[in-house]
Amino acid sequence: MSLKPFATPWPPPAEMGKPKRSIDELYAAARGGERRALGRLLSIVERGGQDADQISDLAHPDAGRAHIVGITGAPGAGKSTLVGQLVRDLVGAGKKPAVLAVDPSSPLTGGAILGDRIRMDDIVDPGVERTSAFIRSMATRGHSGGLALAVPLAVRLFDAAGYDPVIIETVGVGQVEVDVVGAADTAVVVMTPGMGDAVQANKAGLLEVADVFVVNKADRPGANDVRRDLDLMLDLSHMTGQESETGYRPPIVMASALNAEGSEEVWATVEKHRAHLDESGLRATRRQHRIRTEVRARLAQAMAAAAEATMDGDGATLLRQAEAADISPTQATNELLTHLLNKGPAS
Amino acid sequence: MSDRPDLDAWIARTADAPVRDVPFETMSGVPVDPVYGDGPYPGEYPYTRGVYPTMYRSRLWTMRMFAGFGTAEDTNARFKDILRNGGTGLSTAFDMPTLMGRDSDSGWSLGEVGRAGVAIDTLADMEDLFADIDLSAVSTSMTINGPAAVILAMYIAVAEKTGVPHEKLAGTIQNDIFKEYQAQKEYIYPPRPSVRIVTDMIRYTADEMPKWHPVSISGYHIREAGSTAAQELAFTLANGFAYVEAATAAGVDVDEFAPRLSFFFNSHSDFFEEIGKFRAARRIWARWMKERYGAKNERSMLCRFHTQTAGVSLTAQQPEINIARVAIQALAGALGGTQSLHTDSFDEALALPTEKAARIALRTQQIVAHETGVANVADPLGGSDYVEWMTDEMERQAEAIFAHLDDLGQGSILEGVYAGIENGYFVGEIADAAYRFEREINNGNRIIVGVNAFTDGDDGDKELLRIEAEVEEYQLKRLADVKLARNDDDVSRTLAAVAAAAQDPNVNLMPSILDAVKAYATLEEVSMAMESVFGTYVEKAII
Amino acid sequence: MSDEPQLRIILAKLGLDGHDRGLKVVARILRDAGMEVIYLGLRQTTDSIVAAAEQEDADAIGLSMHNAGHMTLAPAMVTAVNDAELGTPVIVGGIVPEEDVQPLLDKGVAAVLGPGASAEDVAQTVRDAVAAAG
Repeated sequence: MSLKPFATPWPPPAEMGKPKRSIDELYAAARGGERRALGRLLSIVERGGQDADQISDLAHPDAGRAHIVGITGAPGAGKSTLVGQLVRDLVGAGKKPAVLAVDPSSPLTGGAILGDRIRMDDIVDPGVERTSAFIRSMATRGHSGGLALAVPLAVRLFDAAGYDPVIIETVGVGQVEVDVVGAADTAVVVMTPGMGDAVQANKAGLLEVADVFVVNKADRPGANDVRRDLDLMLDLSHMTGQESETGYRPPIVMASALNAEGSEEVWATVEKHRAHLDESGLRATRRQHRIRTEVRARLAQAMAAAAEATMDGDGATLLRQAEAADISPTQATNELLTHLLNKGPAS
Repeated sequence: MSDRPDLDAWIARTADAPVRDVPFETMSGVPVDPVYGDGPYPGEYPYTRGVYPTMYRSRLWTMRMFAGFGTAEDTNARFKDILRNGGTGLSTAFDMPTLMGRDSDSGWSLGEVGRAGVAIDTLADMEDLFADIDLSAVSTSMTINGPAAVILAMYIAVAEKTGVPHEKLAGTIQNDIFKEYQAQKEYIYPPRPSVRIVTDMIRYTADEMPKWHPVSISGYHIREAGSTAAQELAFTLANGFAYVEAATAAGVDVDEFAPRLSFFFNSHSDFFEEIGKFRAARRIWARWMKERYGAKNERSMLCRFHTQTAGVSLTAQQPEINIARVAIQALAGALGGTQSLHTDSFDEALALPTEKAARIALRTQQIVAHETGVANVADPLGGSDYVEWMTDEMERQAEAIFAHLDDLGQGSILEGVYAGIENGYFVGEIADAAYRFEREINNGNRIIVGVNAFTDGDDGDKELLRIEAEVEEYQLKRLADVKLARNDDDVSRTLAAVAAAAQDPNVNLMPSILDAVKAYATLEEVSMAMESVFGTYVEKAII
Repeated sequence: MSDEPQLRIILAKLGLDGHDRGLKVVARILRDAGMEVIYLGLRQTTDSIVAAAEQEDADAIGLSMHNAGHMTLAPAMVTAVNDAELGTPVIVGGIVPEEDVQPLLDKGVAAVLGPGASAEDVAQTVRDAVAAAG
């Protein structure tokens, strides 16, 4: 740890506070490798709005190279430990990985504790060179719709800033989280023995999106049962799942992230899937699907905002009429919709 | 003579027990019996009422005041003071780098050297610490866990150099690694290799140092981290069971080491809850040792414990009122039948205690011992409906936690404790309890005098102990000198032997560590030699 | 959601000190006050905290200190933050004697939270420090 001698004169330099820079300047700096600028841009992206759109437009031409990996699983499945080990391996192999770790916010206060930020320093050797990885925690901020907008944008930004792979880690409990992971190039689903995970995953629709299964804590009793359950479910979905279309059957990797075992095999399996995407031409399909998901989410959000605005604005009269039971709710809706669609995009 | 044959039998049995030379009567001259109420009496299984029959009539609890700061020489001077004043027990506090197996010149140690205890880097410091002290004539308590094996080896090396044989060394090393993962967080290696070190030490001391207590199983820090009384009780005893399982699995007979296990509890402010906790601890330990672990030796079943008043209960506001808190907590410890007691100084919420504050703390327990009369009768509260109910309730809550751990470990408490560390059970439970407590204070449902009520009168006049930066400079120079003077080949050779021993679970680590410290390998060098094999523990943050 | 930007606060223990009870309680207090807490936990270095503050775009860094090392460690943190040109305010809590508060403020620490600060004090101190840093 560089606990530096007090070289800096006191009082500290006058330019306290975050330097104010334009989005263009920040973007150029981030592309040039400045982590602080990238950190700032990610905050803007997270807030959404016009500034976020501007960043998306800036990043778009520079993005498209990174392999995007989604990793999800139930709470306590050891995802963070596994991702930490993967990142360590990737950094060791000279890669420049980025991680977007998504955690739920408190629905009551909007606050969140993001407590499993990956440690890259460990305890071993203070003052080691700063790692090439970039790790960012993102809270869902109480509205899952926001996540559907912010995550693809953050990924695009990482991609444009030269990070590859980009790993998205979510807790696979909600539909949005599943969608986010499902829209990755490679979706990894992490399970553990003794949590009835295979059944839960099936219910959540995770089995359909998974490209790689990891049975973590494989040294625990019951690990082989999880593997057997998964195999069985994959057999059942044999006729309808991706295996029937492309001959690809999601492999099951046994790992023990706590003992740093299996992470290399997990990554090798991700790489195999990456090769499969390229050989089968599925990569393009994946990307199209991802773009479609993102555009749908953006459209839905824009439309919802426009709907709210109309009900409070120039459509208020129609709403009042429906409220007074002068016209039916369906009639009001249809007239408002016609009005909205004719009006064109909101300013 | 009473009309109770079991009491008569107990009185007959204890008739010859040595007693202190004081009148056992009230302040007004009313003679009192050594015990009242029903059996099983003190000294009788399951020892709810006390581990010894006559308790404080024979011998008061040991007033053990934990101390240590600055350099080894500073602490040595204080030790000699204690010995000159008739004391025989030396208690050592180490600074944070030493507790974490780091040398004073590590980047991690900046600002911490000699602050909260004495700094030990090499055997040379340990030689200074015990210079001109006959180690065969004292009992030494060392509060250290992660690097305990290295520190114990240094102590043994000092004894060897001064001609004291291993079997004459008496004392205690805390060495309770489980509670580090659960509460105090002063760990180095992952749990399993750490427990191997502990079992190696249990085996080594069982063979070589029969008067040494190799583990002091400590709930104190669990409570300080925010647990409830029942959690403190249950987690601590579960850790004790886990050590018993680990040591017996390593081939040591339970009756060979269990008599030398001891415990360390917190005494907090809820008077009857604490007393119930202490009584329940003795009963649970006795039953489990006898029934589950098959102990035959009665001494294996005795839960003997040290108590310290609750540092976390001390307030920075109106610090003088902490003297009252400490007095009440000390009284609970005495009524709970503790074997030794440390009373906190009133200024500890602000800094390390000043000499005056430490003296007042000692005087506080002397008042409890000599003025209140509580030492005249063993378990004076036994038989009170409320106290007996509280004892049962503490036991009930603890048993529920044992059942959970047994379940987690599929029939093994040891595996259950490992699992609970890994899945965050312990830290999660403690954090929840701590938060609930803080919220109660914050919303006024729980009154803490001087903090959220009765806040007038904080005059802000606070005298504090300062540790000067010279300690760090001195220690760095000392370490550099030792490194210059030692034989580097011996150091490399002995460190390689430590790493080799670490790789072979069938080899006891202690002899190779002893060789390394005798070659003046530093604490950090030896710790890192093991870390190269065992790995580092990084805890998952659970809030 | 309000239009007010969500505050993102890093909480960490710097160095070897393992007393994390207070820091965990503060984490929950700030979460309940609607902030996002990036909890780094134990055994952090000035480097690891700066790296996290950069990547997480933290609005403030909260350190908890219990081992009398605050006069060395807290200014070292401020120096590291300034060296990285982050401008992130550093707030210190834990056991800090009153007489050390002003010297710490003089050395660039944004605020010092004493023992016994209420939940409201804690949240407000953080908001004020962030606002003052601009």
